[in-house]
Amino acid sequence: MEHYNMNLTLKVWKQKNSSAKGNFENYQVSNISSEMSFLEMFDVLNEKLIAEGKEPITFDHDCREGICGACSMYIDGQPHGPWQQNTTCQLHMRAFKNGDTIVVEPWRSKAFPVIKDLMVDRTAFDRIIQAGGYISVNTGNAVDANAIPVDKRNADEAFNAAACIGCGACVAACKNSSAMLFVSAKVSQLALLPQGVPEKETRVLNMVAQMDKEGFGNCTNTYACEAECPKGISVINIARMNREFLGAGLNDEG
Amino acid sequence: MAFTGLFLILFLIVHAGINSSIFLNDGGETFNTVAHFMSHNWIIRFLEIGLIVGIIVHAIQGIVLWKQNVAARPVGYAVTKAGKNSTWYSRSMGLLGTLVLIFLIIHFSHFYVGTKVALYSGDQPHNLFEEMKLIFSSPLIVAFYIFSLIALFWHLIHGFQSAFQTFGLNHKRYTPIIKAAGWVYTIIIITAFALMPLLMHFGVIA
Repeated sequence: MEHYNMNLTLKVWKQKNSSAKGNFENYQVSNISSEMSFLEMFDVLNEKLIAEGKEPITFDHDCREGICGACSMYIDGQPHGPWQQNTTCQLHMRAFKNGDTIVVEPWRSKAFPVIKDLMVDRTAFDRIIQAGGYISVNTGNAVDANAIPVDKRNADEAFNAAACIGCGACVAACKNSSAMLFVSAKVSQLALLPQGVPEKETRVLNMVAQMDKEGFGNCTNTYACEAECPKGISVINIARMNREFLGAGLNDEG
Repeated sequence: MAFTGLFLILFLIVHAGINSSIFLNDGGETFNTVAHFMSHNWIIRFLEIGLIVGIIVHAIQGIVLWKQNVAARPVGYAVTKAGKNSTWYSRSMGLLGTLVLIFLIIHFSHFYVGTKVALYSGDQPHNLFEEMKLIFSSPLIVAFYIFSLIALFWHLIHGFQSAFQTFGLNHKRYTPIIKAAGWVYTIIIITAFALMPLLMHFGVIA
């Protein structure tokens, strides 16, 4: 792919803190290499802002390898930008051309309040995991990895669900800010494996209850989440969670 | 939503099936006989309560969902490319449903109220077929019916398959069959309903 440089106009959401009212600000960046990542382009801009004595733009990032789920920009109307199955850190500037105006917003959801600028508070996801996204294991010697047989198909499905990095793009993409894809992936990765079975009913009930408590919206099966998920998590997981939820609700005595 | 939706989907089969008897073009004889049977049968009268409750509950669930979903995103996006990740009709179920609900109110005032008044105000036989002809003589009403049926079409295309997902049925082999069945069902039902006002208006059915 041919290398080129570009000049861009960025329209970025600036917000002082969670209670402040934010607004868009325009920035000009020049000589951006097509081989830079989107976050590297933001690094260049921030260094320029710092050199000019202005406040840099706050954004979330960590591994920059597309596996941690920290980066979270809503770029030109799509979470993680225009590329399919891709995170913001792995979006490269060759997705844009010279003279483009790029609009960058934070995830928008009541359950993800803005901390500052493009950084949102995603601890709602942590609380959902704490409500049941685990298995209880007695301490002691490590159990032999292959002691319990697992159906290959279930192992594959559980692995696919476990690919979820918890970035929140599903919530950002959903017109209802629903977290069903995230929660269903976390329910599925455990419910499909023998180690997850003993707690599977309380798990799904508690995680769904916590999800509702956090203020996420409801799933209306538009499947925008699946289309925008950087890890290609399937809405089959949502159907599985619905099954688990209906079954667990019927078995629940209290 | 899914439960009441599937119930209403089943109702539409009965409704379209019975009304299709006007296509026999026998001056409404068969249609009026069936309509009379339907309004004088206690099983149907009982199911009728279920239908009214079903519509009301479906609408209330929709309104509650809409309110919660609007509250879940207090600050909206300046730019969204929702067309890249989902179909317009899957995102417009509330709007399409509202159009269908407005249609239903007018539709009930056209046919349901008159039938009930005739049923309880005396024993003269009610000619529903003639009433249909009278109402569909207005081009405005025919246009409104067709418009509302288009809204119902897209509401059903999403709703039919969406109900199965809500009940937990999503399968590599069966989901494409469900989706195809949804299209076939919707096309048949909507075409049958659309032909009724059109053919009556243009005097094909007399």
